[in-house]
Amino acid sequence: MSVPPTPSRETPPDLLYSEPEDDLRAAVRALLTDRADLPATLARAEAGDPYDPALWTALTAGIGAAGLLIPEKLGGQGASHREAAVVLEELGRVVTPAPYLTSSVVATETLLGCDTDRADIAALLTALAGGHRVAVLAVPAATAPDAPLPVLPAGAEAVTSADTVTGADTVPGVADAVRADVLLVLREDGLYVVETASPAVTVVPLTPLDLTRPVAAVTLAPGAGTRIAEGPAAEAAVRRGLLAGAGLLASEQLGIAQWCLEESVRHTKERHQFNRPIGSFQALKHRMAQLWLEVVSARAAARAAADALATGAPDAPLAVALAQAYCGPVAVHAAEECVQLHGGTGMTWEHPAHLYLKRAMADRITLGSPGRHRETLAALGDLPGPR
Amino acid sequence: MTDAAELRARTAALLAAHPPATTGRTDFLRARFDAGLAWVHYPAGLGGLDAPRSLQAVVDDGLAAAGAPDNDPRRIGIGLGMAAPTILRYGTAEQKERFLRPLWVGDEVWCQLFSEPGAGSDLAALATRAVREDGADGAGSGDWIVDGQKVWTSSAHLARWAILIARTDPGLPKHQGITYFLCDMTDPGVEVRPLRQITGEAEFNEVFLTGVRIPDAHRLGEVGAGWQVARTTLMNERVSIGGASLPREGGMIGPVARTWRERPELRTHDTHQRLLTLWTEAEVARLTAERVRQQLVAGQPGPEGSGLKLSFARLNQEISALEVELLADEGLLYSDWTMRRPELVDFTGRDAGYRYLRSKGNSIEGGTSEVLLNIVAERVLGLPSEPRDDKDVAWKDLSR
Ligand SMILES: Cc1cc2nc3c(=O)[nH]c(=O)nc-3n(C[C@H](O)[C@H](O)[C@H](O)COP(=O)(O)OP(=O)(O)OC[C@H]3O[C@@H](n4cnc5c(N)ncnc54)[C@H](O)[C@@H]3O)c2cc1C
Repeated sequence: MSVPPTPSRETPPDLLYSEPEDDLRAAVRALLTDRADLPATLARAEAGDPYDPALWTALTAGIGAAGLLIPEKLGGQGASHREAAVVLEELGRVVTPAPYLTSSVVATETLLGCDTDRADIAALLTALAGGHRVAVLAVPAATAPDAPLPVLPAGAEAVTSADTVTGADTVPGVADAVRADVLLVLREDGLYVVETASPAVTVVPLTPLDLTRPVAAVTLAPGAGTRIAEGPAAEAAVRRGLLAGAGLLASEQLGIAQWCLEESVRHTKERHQFNRPIGSFQALKHRMAQLWLEVVSARAAARAAADALATGAPDAPLAVALAQAYCGPVAVHAAEECVQLHGGTGMTWEHPAHLYLKRAMADRITLGSPGRHRETLAALGDLPGPR
Repeated sequence: MTDAAELRARTAALLAAHPPATTGRTDFLRARFDAGLAWVHYPAGLGGLDAPRSLQAVVDDGLAAAGAPDNDPRRIGIGLGMAAPTILRYGTAEQKERFLRPLWVGDEVWCQLFSEPGAGSDLAALATRAVREDGADGAGSGDWIVDGQKVWTSSAHLARWAILIARTDPGLPKHQGITYFLCDMTDPGVEVRPLRQITGEAEFNEVFLTGVRIPDAHRLGEVGAGWQVARTTLMNERVSIGGASLPREGGMIGPVARTWRERPELRTHDTHQRLLTLWTEAEVARLTAERVRQQLVAGQPGPEGSGLKLSFARLNQEISALEVELLADEGLLYSDWTMRRPELVDFTGRDAGYRYLRSKGNSIEGGTSEVLLNIVAERVLGLPSEPRDDKDVAWKDLSR
C-alpha cells in the first residue's frame, strides 16, 4: 500500500476558534458595524478612492489588527495567522476596501522572511504594525504562491542595454498599489523596498472588476529603492508572503460566502410571491441548504490553512492549496446565488450583492485560481496527470 | 468527576485482571462493560461512569494499544448508535438493565423496524397496527398485538431485537397515534424475508408481523409518544459520526488515489481533473468531520453534524463512479452477483463496482438527501416550512 507523500499530521489541526479569537472577532465586527457602510463604500469606490482612512486607523491603531503577525518587540501583537484569519473573515463579510490582505499579511509576511534584525526592516515592520504605513508586494494579484514570479531587472549598474529595461519594469495588476507607501520589488539581484513617493515609481490605476480592491500597473525605474534581501532568500521571502496571503484569503472568502448566505436567507424569508414567503419553496430551500453545507466545509478548510500557517506545519503548502481550491468557488457560488435569489433587486447597483460578487470573483483569481491550486495539490499529493 | 488519569488507571486495571492474550473476546467485552469502560458517558452500572464523552478516546486508545478486542461497531451499529441512546433516554430501569449490556457486548444484534411500503420519508404515515389486548373490563393481558409490514430492514436476518414503531390510535393525527416498542425477533409471527438489492446481496429485508405479541413491559415511552421517542432515534441515526479522526485519504478516496498512483496507464486528462476536484472535496469533508468532532469534544456541538451525511453521500457516489470509469476494461466487470446475506455492512470493502452500487444507498438510508436538505433549511437556517394539510387530520381520514 503506497502512502501519500504529504501525510496528514499526527495531531489534527485545531479547527475551532479560541476565546481570544472570538473576542477579536467581536471587536472587529463592532468596529465594522459602526463604520462600514456599503452605500458609502460604493460612493467612495465610484469616486475612485474606495479606502476609508478613519476605518483603517481604527482597525490598525485602535484594534492593532495590522500587527497581528508581527512580533511584540517590533511593535506588533505577536499573535498568529489564526487571529489574522478571523480579521479577514470579518473584513470579507463587509467587503471592506482596506489593504489588510496585501499589506498586513502578504507584505508583512514577506518582510518577516527577511533579516528582521536589520534596522530598516525592523522599522518598516513597526510602521506597518501601527498602520502608519502601507506596504504592497509588487506582483500581479493573480500570482499563486508557487507560480513563476515577475522578476525585474537588477539595479541600474547591471543594466547593459536599453531594451532590458523597457517593458520589463512594469508590473501589471498590483492590488492596493494605489494605497501603498512602499512597494516590495523582486529584482534579479534581490528584494527591494521602494518608496512610492519617489520619482522612480509610477502607479497607474486600472479599472478593476472588484471596486473594493483596486489594481494598478506599477512602473519602476531600474535600481530604485533599497535592497533588503539577496539570492534565494529574496525569492523565499516573497513565496512565504504569497503562501500566507493565499492561506488567509480563504478566510476572507469564507466571510463573503457567509454574508451572502445569511442575506439570502433573510431576504427569502421576508419576500412574498404566490402568497407565500419565497423561502418556503423547496427549490430555493435546497439551494440555500446546499450553500450552508459549502460554507461549513469552507470554514473547516480555511481554519486548517490558518492553523497550518500558524504552527508552521510541514503540510502548510498543501493545506493552503486545499483551502484555495475549495473556498474560492464557494464564495463565488454564494455570491451568484445571492444575486439570483434577490431577483431584480439583486441585479441593481443599489443593492450590495454585486460588491460581493465582484470581490468573490476577483478573489477566486487572486493569489492563484482554483485550477492552479489543484495542480499544486496534484504535485503535493502525488496525483500526477497523464503524460 | 472522572478524569483522564482515573480512566487510564481503570483501563490498566481491566487489562491486568483480564489480559487480552488469555481472555476470550466476549468475556473481555463483558468485563469491560462491567468496569464502566464501554461508553464512559453512560451511567455507572450501565457500562459507563458518567464521565465526559470526550474521554472515551482515552480508554479506546489504551485498549487498542494493548491489543484488546473491540465490539465491532459495524456489526452492532443499529443497536449501538440508535437503540441504545433511545433506551437510555426513555427506558425503564428494568429495560436498561436488561438490554444495554448484551447490546454493547454484541451478544444481541438489533434492527430497526421503522420504514414501511407506504411510509418512508413520511415515516409518521406508518400503518402497522398495535392493539392492546384489554377486555372491556380491563381484564385482558395488557399485551400488544402487532400486525403489519416493514421493509428495507437492515440486518433483520441477524437481529435478536428490534426497535419498532406502530400505530396505536388511528383516530389521532398521524404523529400522535404512534407508540414505540422493543420487539423480540424470535417471537412467533415475525417473518423475515431477504430483499435483494442492486449489489446482488441482501443486506436488508422485508419483515412481516402477524399477530406478534409484545408485552407492555417492552413498550418504550408513553402510549402515543412514539413519534417523540423515534425522533431521538432518528437524530442519533443521522448525527452518529465516528469519534475517531480519519487520516488523509482515509475514506472512499483512498482506493482511487492508490489506483491512480499505481496504474499510470489508466490516466486521462478528464479523469485527472475530476480526481483532483474530488480529492479536494474529500479532504475538506474530512476536515469538516474533524471540526465537528472537535466541537463535540469541546462540549459545543454545532449543527454542522447534520450536514456531514449529505456531503459523504454525494462524495461516495461521485468518487466510486469515477473509480469504475477509471478502471476502463476492469470497470466492466463485477466481482460476484451471488445473493448473499452479509454479516457486516461494509461500505468500502470489495471492488469498485460494488462501491458504486452500494453508495447509491448512502443518499437514501437514514433519511434521503432531499429530506435532510429540508431539515437543514428549516431547522438550521430557519426557512419557513412548506404548507401542509396533514397535521390536524386523524390518520384514518388521510387519503392514501
Ligand atoms: C440500504 C438501505 C438500508 C435501509 N435500512 C433501513 C432499516 O434498517 N430500517 C428502516 O426502517 N429503514 C431502512 N431503510 C429505509 C430508508 O430509511 C428509506 O428508504 C428512506 O427513509 C426513504 O424512504 P422511501 O424509500 O419510502 O422513499 P420515498 O419517501 O418514497 O422517497 C422517494 C423520493 O422522493 C423524495 N422525497 C420524499 N419526500 C420528499 C420531500 N418532502 N421533499 C423532497 N423530496 C422528497 C425522496 O428524497 C426520494 O428521492 C433503508 C434504506 C436503504 C436504501
